[in-house]
Amino acid sequence: MTDASFTPPGRVPPPRHGSLITLDARTKKRNAAEKRFRMYGIAAIATGLIFLMVLLTAIISNGKGAFQQTFITTQVFLDPAKLDKNGNRDIDDIKKVSTFGYTPLLQNAIFAEVTDRGIETPLSKASEMKALTSASAAAQVRDVVIENPDMIGDTVEFRILASSRVDGYLKGRVSRESVIRDKSIDAEHLDLTDALVDAGVIEKRFNLSFITGADASESRAEQAGMGVSILGSLFMMMVVLVLSLPIGVAASIYLEEFAKQNRWTDLIEVNISNLAAVPSIVFGILGLAVFIQFAHLPQSAPLVGGLVLTLMTLPTIIISTRASLKAVPPSIRDAALGIGASKMQSVVHHVLPLAAPGILTGTIIGLAQALGETAPLLLIGMVGYIASNYPDGIASGFLDPNSAMPAQIYEWAKRADPAYYERAWGGIIILLVVLLSMNLIAIILRRRFERRW
Amino acid sequence: MPVFWLVIVVLALAAVGYILGRSRALNSAGGDIRRLHSLPSYYGWNAALKVIIPALLLLVVWLLAQPFYVNSVVSKMIPQAEISEGSSRGLVMAEVRRTANGLDSIAAAGLIDDDATRNLRVDTTDVTKLLKDAGQVVTSGITQPVLAAAQHYRIMKASGDLIMSIAVVAFALAGLLWGVRESHFDFRARNVVEQVVKALLIAAASIAVLTTVGIVFSLIFNTWEFFRLYPAADFYTLFEWAPSFSGRGGASSLGILPLLWGTFYISLVALIVAVPVGLFAAIYLSEYASPTVRGFAKPMLELLAGIPTIVYGLFALLTVGPMLLTVFGDDGLGWMQGGRAVMTAGITMGIMLIPFVSSLSDDIINSVPQSMRDGSYGLGATKSETIKQVVLPAALPGIIGAVLLAASRAIGETMIVVLGAGAAARLSLNPFEAMTTVTAKIVSQLTGDSDFASPEALVAFALGMNLFILTLALNVLALYIVRKYREQYE
Repeated sequence: MTDASFTPPGRVPPPRHGSLITLDARTKKRNAAEKRFRMYGIAAIATGLIFLMVLLTAIISNGKGAFQQTFITTQVFLDPAKLDKNGNRDIDDIKKVSTFGYTPLLQNAIFAEVTDRGIETPLSKASEMKALTSASAAAQVRDVVIENPDMIGDTVEFRILASSRVDGYLKGRVSRESVIRDKSIDAEHLDLTDALVDAGVIEKRFNLSFITGADASESRAEQAGMGVSILGSLFMMMVVLVLSLPIGVAASIYLEEFAKQNRWTDLIEVNISNLAAVPSIVFGILGLAVFIQFAHLPQSAPLVGGLVLTLMTLPTIIISTRASLKAVPPSIRDAALGIGASKMQSVVHHVLPLAAPGILTGTIIGLAQALGETAPLLLIGMVGYIASNYPDGIASGFLDPNSAMPAQIYEWAKRADPAYYERAWGGIIILLVVLLSMNLIAIILRRRFERRW
Repeated sequence: MPVFWLVIVVLALAAVGYILGRSRALNSAGGDIRRLHSLPSYYGWNAALKVIIPALLLLVVWLLAQPFYVNSVVSKMIPQAEISEGSSRGLVMAEVRRTANGLDSIAAAGLIDDDATRNLRVDTTDVTKLLKDAGQVVTSGITQPVLAAAQHYRIMKASGDLIMSIAVVAFALAGLLWGVRESHFDFRARNVVEQVVKALLIAAASIAVLTTVGIVFSLIFNTWEFFRLYPAADFYTLFEWAPSFSGRGGASSLGILPLLWGTFYISLVALIVAVPVGLFAAIYLSEYASPTVRGFAKPMLELLAGIPTIVYGLFALLTVGPMLLTVFGDDGLGWMQGGRAVMTAGITMGIMLIPFVSSLSDDIINSVPQSMRDGSYGLGATKSETIKQVVLPAALPGIIGAVLLAASRAIGETMIVVLGAGAAARLSLNPFEAMTTVTAKIVSQLTGDSDFASPEALVAFALGMNLFILTLALNVLALYIVRKYREQYE
């Protein structure tokens, strides 16, 4: 800064005939530098926003397919000769027929659709229709038949899941080039699919079971859904809410209103600020060592996940609760003390209700953070488990192995079948919608109830 | 669920205590509320708290202590001969516990009645088959000492549970009696209740300390175990990471250095992306932007911070990786072999850290006093000259603190590297190669079926220990710098 005005002795500075109207070279340079610097700033913000746009576009364009699924509508003749060999409609006999007994019926039904419509195809056998349907379709039909044994002998319309390859073909994931090396489907099947789509037999529909359904095995991507892991997340969040809200509020009240400046208080404060920055995976290690190895709580249970996430969210909740307690003006406390309330009464009756909207907002944001957390859940075993069973009750919801939304997404991202990638993106859309609505609720709460003094 | 019912009983007694305590205090004052020292409800709460707190405290302590006691007694019953080569007392005890659970389910399923399970003998009944029928998974044939230990375990557990229930209810009743007898009009109930509540508040605040203690102990204890099985010198000096899953001990080489290198390399790439973008965004937002632009751009950037890391992980794996591969892969420049690489994880992590760096720097730049800027303008400096030569030097310590916090975030980040960085531990300079990090290896060593006694699993705790120390040091340093800086201008 100083060398510009400093002239070494013995050298006469060149005369400057500066004018205020024409800019000299140096001013131009400085102005250009100013402009450049400004552009850097704009470029940085634009970069950030572009990253955000790319991220959101990737999520939406890759994930929206998961909410649609390809179905085959077909008339299935429930052959009594196959399904009820004794002919006495005894439910125990009907249950003895496994899904293998139903598969040919489905294949015949679809083949009939093909021949009835006069679609020309080199596939001449009914069993070659297998590649079109999901492996779960036979089980679906079997479940319906066991529910209503009277249907046997009738021709009933079923809407069954198409295989994930057919689904992928209609969504552009599977192409004629990619099926050449694919053992489970051939190009002829794709031609047939095109023809059946024109005939209205195969169609894409909204896929509710992606939101409500259970996870499926590796080979049945078309059947997998988020439902069970959403429940797992819900039970976990209940644990987090029930534990972290009272403990967090109690801790903040103590630190903000009662704590005297001493070693113990200092220690607590330092601990809270450090815990807020400890990597989440370390909390997973803590959960594994303390809750599972030491206390023998059940592995993969939402209860344990909730406990770990509680410890993780507590610092967030304590920090935001303290901020909203601090925002309540001291005059309120003084007034309460002045008319004879005890310190505790002034806090519980006056300060806490006034700080409640802020506390609630902080809690919701903390919960949203906990909901998206994955790494600690990996260590306590909420991954690698196929979340295929709905919990059958409150206790089972807390204690039986389950997954959670982010853990389920991770599980799908690891699987080899690209059909699962679409599911993973779709799961992210659900997760982000939940998080966004939680944050919106927090913002609305803050807008409506926030009071400025 | 006996514990559940026990808690319900205690809570019910507390409700009784509340009603009795309150009415007794009112009666002692002859129904005149003005003669009471405290409001009537305080007398009720006094009695209720005296029921709940000692009883539940006893319940928790008992639940924690009983398994240890029972385990230590029962494990003494197992003869040395029962512990086969390559096994340990702990493994046999696990078998005993499984057998005991199996006996429970045998009795529950009604295969044989409860008395008979206590008198089962291996030589007269096929216990292993019986257990399997009841749905219990047992590893090998059950031997007589294991069965006897399991039967003893069951008896001790049952009688322990019974004594616990009696003791808890007795504590609750004693508390009830105590609280109700105290309820007299000149008893200072409010002071007592407030003292107790304050103690509860302190206990809640201490959970933060307990968590840290829990983290430190679980890390130290398991790391110690690991270093007993595997030499610490090798762990810190070997340039190779190759865990074997078949052998135990010597067969694996578990060196932390390649993992640390991967961690630092990926964090470096992330910071190279995040720091310039975040810093310039913060400068623009705090010095140039109009309130409308700021009001739009700041929340938009912060949206990036609210997105869960699993989303970034998937984004790295399925979008960033393939994108980089088309440019640097075999079809392009030929530097990159697969989608998972240091660059993939680093760039994605950089995107995640942009809002972190920008909002921290924004705060810090805003807290530079306006008078310093005004002085600079007064000397004829342009806006950018003021920022470069006055504001940034003044804010530098704070910005360094922010970068250090971002670095600590990057080092501890898990999901992005698990999905985006690859699994092979490598010491290489090529940023387009797959490498792995400390956090990714913690995940891979602790998920799966390996038992927690092998060095291959325990190494994760040693890694976690180093990660914890590293991030803690960075955080403490960063907070110290930021605090020093704040003091300078406040």
